[in-house]
Amino acid sequence: MIRASLLCVFLCLFVASCKREQRQFSQPPSNFKSYDVTMSDIHPGTPGMPQPVQNPSDQRAFDTNEGKRLYTQYNCAGCHFNGGGGIGPPLMDEKWIYGENPENIYATIVEGRPNGMPSFRHKIPDSQVQQIAAYVRSMSGQLRKDVMPARNDTMNARRSEQRTEREKPQRSSPPLND
Amino acid sequence: MIRRTSTTLRRYGRLVAFCALLCFSSCGGIQNAINPAGPYAGSINRLWWWFFITCSIVYVLVMIALLLALRNRTRETELATPVLEPPLESERRRRNVVIGAVTLTVVILFVLLVVNYLTGRSLTAEQGNKSGLNVDVVGHQWWWEVRYKDVDASNVFTTANEIHIPVGVPVLFNLQATDVIHSFWVPNLAGKKDLIPGKINGIWLQADKPGVYRGQCAEYCGMQHAKMAFWVVAESQEQFNAWRQNQTQTSVQPMTDSQKRGQQVFLSSTCVMCHAINGTPAGSNIGPNLTHVASRQMIAAATLANTRDHLAQWIKDPQVVKPGTRMPQNNLPEADLQALLDYLQSLK
Amino acid sequence: MSHKEAQKNSHKKAQEAEDRRALRTTTTDEELAAEMERERPELEKTWACPTGIRGWFTDTDHKSIAMRYVITAFVFFLLGGMEAVLMRIQLARPESHFLSPDQYNQVFTVHGTTMMFLFAVPIMTAMGIYLVPLMVGSRDVAFPRLNLFGYFIYLIGGIFLYTGFFLNTGPDAGWFSYVPLSGPAYSPGKRVDVWAQMITFTEISALVGAIVVIGTAFKMRAPGMTLNRIPLFVWAQVITAFMIIFAMPAVMLASGTLASDRLIDTHFFNPAEGGDAILYQHMFWFFGHPEVYIIFIPALGFISPIIITFARRKIFGHLALVLSLISTAFIGFGLWVHHMFATPIPQMGQSFFSAASMMIAIPSGVQVFCWIATLWGGKLNLKTPLYFVLGFFVIFILGGLTGVMQASVPLDLQLHDTFFVVAHFHYVLIGGAVFPLFGAFYYWFPKWSGRMLSEWAGRWNFWLMFIGFNLVFFPMHQLGLNGMPRRVYTYLPETGWGTLNLIASLGALVLGAGVVVFVVNVFWARRAGVIAGDNPWAADTLEWSITSPPPHYNFHNIPVVQGRHPIWQATEDAPVVRGLSTTKREGLVTSVMDAQPELRFDIPGPSIWPVMVALGAATALIPGIFTPWAFLVGAILTGAALTCWFFGDPNYENKTARETGEKVQPVSHTELRPKEV
Repeated sequence: MIRASLLCVFLCLFVASCKREQRQFSQPPSNFKSYDVTMSDIHPGTPGMPQPVQNPSDQRAFDTNEGKRLYTQYNCAGCHFNGGGGIGPPLMDEKWIYGENPENIYATIVEGRPNGMPSFRHKIPDSQVQQIAAYVRSMSGQLRKDVMPARNDTMNARRSEQRTEREKPQRSSPPLND
Repeated sequence: MIRRTSTTLRRYGRLVAFCALLCFSSCGGIQNAINPAGPYAGSINRLWWWFFITCSIVYVLVMIALLLALRNRTRETELATPVLEPPLESERRRRNVVIGAVTLTVVILFVLLVVNYLTGRSLTAEQGNKSGLNVDVVGHQWWWEVRYKDVDASNVFTTANEIHIPVGVPVLFNLQATDVIHSFWVPNLAGKKDLIPGKINGIWLQADKPGVYRGQCAEYCGMQHAKMAFWVVAESQEQFNAWRQNQTQTSVQPMTDSQKRGQQVFLSSTCVMCHAINGTPAGSNIGPNLTHVASRQMIAAATLANTRDHLAQWIKDPQVVKPGTRMPQNNLPEADLQALLDYLQSLK
Repeated sequence: MSHKEAQKNSHKKAQEAEDRRALRTTTTDEELAAEMERERPELEKTWACPTGIRGWFTDTDHKSIAMRYVITAFVFFLLGGMEAVLMRIQLARPESHFLSPDQYNQVFTVHGTTMMFLFAVPIMTAMGIYLVPLMVGSRDVAFPRLNLFGYFIYLIGGIFLYTGFFLNTGPDAGWFSYVPLSGPAYSPGKRVDVWAQMITFTEISALVGAIVVIGTAFKMRAPGMTLNRIPLFVWAQVITAFMIIFAMPAVMLASGTLASDRLIDTHFFNPAEGGDAILYQHMFWFFGHPEVYIIFIPALGFISPIIITFARRKIFGHLALVLSLISTAFIGFGLWVHHMFATPIPQMGQSFFSAASMMIAIPSGVQVFCWIATLWGGKLNLKTPLYFVLGFFVIFILGGLTGVMQASVPLDLQLHDTFFVVAHFHYVLIGGAVFPLFGAFYYWFPKWSGRMLSEWAGRWNFWLMFIGFNLVFFPMHQLGLNGMPRRVYTYLPETGWGTLNLIASLGALVLGAGVVVFVVNVFWARRAGVIAGDNPWAADTLEWSITSPPPHYNFHNIPVVQGRHPIWQATEDAPVVRGLSTTKREGLVTSVMDAQPELRFDIPGPSIWPVMVALGAATALIPGIFTPWAFLVGAILTGAALTCWFFGDPNYENKTARETGEKVQPVSHTELRPKEV
């Protein structure tokens, strides 16, 4: 009896922690499809949203950390800065123009968006897009705290992701070009 | 008793054999601390033999003393009455021997310390920049960026994982790191120095014999610490100048159709996100600079010989060669891959 | 007023009664024996330990706590050894795929962490906790409940590390966890947090153990055991305990700042915001080097009694040995920078630490020479414990000499972080600590269990370990000179390191076989070993004067010590201390220098609260790596448990003493029977 319950506790712990610490280097081909965002509540045909797609990187601390590194190295920061936005829209606030789900972010990176977001199709491999997408979600605290990155070893312009309060995602229209 | 002594003797025989093995098997090798190829490693090597011989003698003497101390044994069945008041005379003799041994230890240590300081002074003595070279080595997870600096901007260039130096002159390397601590170590040429983020460290290397020496990261730096190596090529001043002349050029323009297509593949795929090829729009410095990649002898931080097969393997699936490396897998169509290989191999 | 007087009167009466009891002298040995026979059931009842599952959590007997420590630490030793075997399998051939780099990095980190923090330090402390009270002639340690707390905090820390390890959350930044690699930016996830927090657990446990040992050895010695009659084993333990008190706070600072960098965004080690990566190295090695001596000095403490017993004579140079231990401890704090010669440290500083590192060879040399002189003048009774001590000489001296090589800055620049260093510190730590430890196991096992370990198996154990050890680690010197760096998960075939690595890996199997022989020997001896009797080796220190295994109260009558070798020097009519209570747990406090009796005091008995405090602390520390709120909850729980510990126990003796107004009585010399010291 004690043994069985110990085993259960152990298994639960295992399931909880194994994803966080997973480091998968050889990525299987991604089945991570890009659904486009629905801009309004009016649907053609029968009502019902597409099933949200799980991004495996959302569960892995290593992946969000890699996403953070790639975010700087691929110069996402060039437009979005440290999440506060500048040339591009801010990523650390609650406003989401093209959707806050993983598949929306994936689509944004791979296909690009009007008014300046370039398409990175073929430039960034799927596995890395997943990592970046997971990191982008962590910037507004959308992931589990123990998965989100801690501070970086540079000048820190903002609180680290793991200490960011979770923002409640809101739909937002694109910023006006003036 | 005799049987025991002979066992003990055999044991020491084995040890002596090991020591002999140590002495004789330690010559040769391009990554070997006691096969020095320059004055720095040379003086450390001399110091090594000072210490090794002194320590060996001390060890042998102490072991002989220990062996002699074991002569006096009781039979297993009877326990000797404990001696609380050993004869004064023999105790005094013993005390003199111990005091003598301790004094000898102090003297030996003092001599070694002086030899040690003299060697240390010769290693750190101001050299003057006779080579006129000023090289930055930047450690990355898990490769080496090498920047040759110069007052003349046209002589500045960046390469990776392969350092060339002219024979017979000391070259100063400025060591930096951007991520974690690494350690720069070419055993045949000098000791190691750490590359620490936020600190500047330096080391002099000098090779007296032309040749290729392998260096490796010596401070644990994460997943691929084991495969973070580099080569130091020591060559004559003329060869070095020719090499440097070549490295300062922009990349070779693609000639054949295949090479041209390869360049397009490079510029339109993942490669361009991290690598730079001077003379093309590719200018990212996240990964090694590939302007003259075909002129290097090794790829993947001195892990694979720079052949077409290895290059293909590395581009397709670097995670098999170095799991955890920052370079992602690339699913290029076969034709694109071949074109890319043609192009990369043309970058002499 | 009258109430006060009445209280005073009753107090006086009680005191007189107590004095009479204490002063009652028995003139003949027969009468004493008869009286002891009468007292024995009472004593046994007073000192009885709770058994079963309740005993597990409440028993404060230092012997059972120490045994649990030893067994737990030995289990961790076996686990660490298995990790070592995994590494040797991986490195046996170049480009092997037995372990992935991620697994290898976790395995070598957990191996180092286990061996240093979960095996070496606790097992040395455990030997002290078992043997120091017995050697100084005390009924228990100074703070038995604190001692119990120390064990549980250590156990929880160890289980925590291994739970993490088995859940793929094993730390992977090395046992030293250098920043920035272990910092927030390069070690995502919770792996390094597990390491940093495990350090906190073992630190607390080590500090607690140190306090217990110092308290016992300084204030609870039997009358007559003046400072210069303290056995060398106890000296070694006391010196180690002081080192722990000075060294452990440094690593607490290091792991604490690392954890706060990782969890709450501080910038201690972020160079971009004014932090410094070398600061961490200083803090770590200020602990890390003394740590080596914390492991090694208790082992030196095992060697002296073994040599005395088996050379059948008094030790040569007792004072020199004690002073060497003390100076080793002092110098041990002055050479941490020799781990950092490759960093940009100024020349002057390097020279200083280079000289200090060489200097530490002098006290070690003094000790080795004194021991050899003792052996030389003795009549050797060559039994397994002595074999292990001789193995110590052969192995440790070689390791010490390679240590002298690495004290030299230029040589260290070549040897640092190579397999040469791996060879060196295994020579000094296995040779210097594990071999004496195994000798100590063979030596004191009869005392612990009442049965002898098999001599025949002991020889097999020794030779397998000795040969296996040298096969594993001797080739590593050569590998290091040939340029093989440490902490690599594999190497290229072209490097030519394959053969020597293969020899080392084969040797690991031989070494492992030696350890297996030992484990089998222990299990066999517990059932079928020869009955040992009180003093099977005819040894000289006080632990051999009582039955094997010792009774819960250790000494029925605390002996009066008459020299450095209490048993060998005991006279027929040796006085003993009478007058300690048989109805409550009572100990004798003596003065630090001359061990003059000062006080009788109440020794606390079994309690559940130490475990509760340990659990409260664990509640703060383990979930603390996920949320800072855990510290609040944990602090409340710990505070509550501590309150109960201090105030909530109705059986706590001092309370009774206060209420009845009974004063704790000083014991004077006249109360010792039958002859004054």
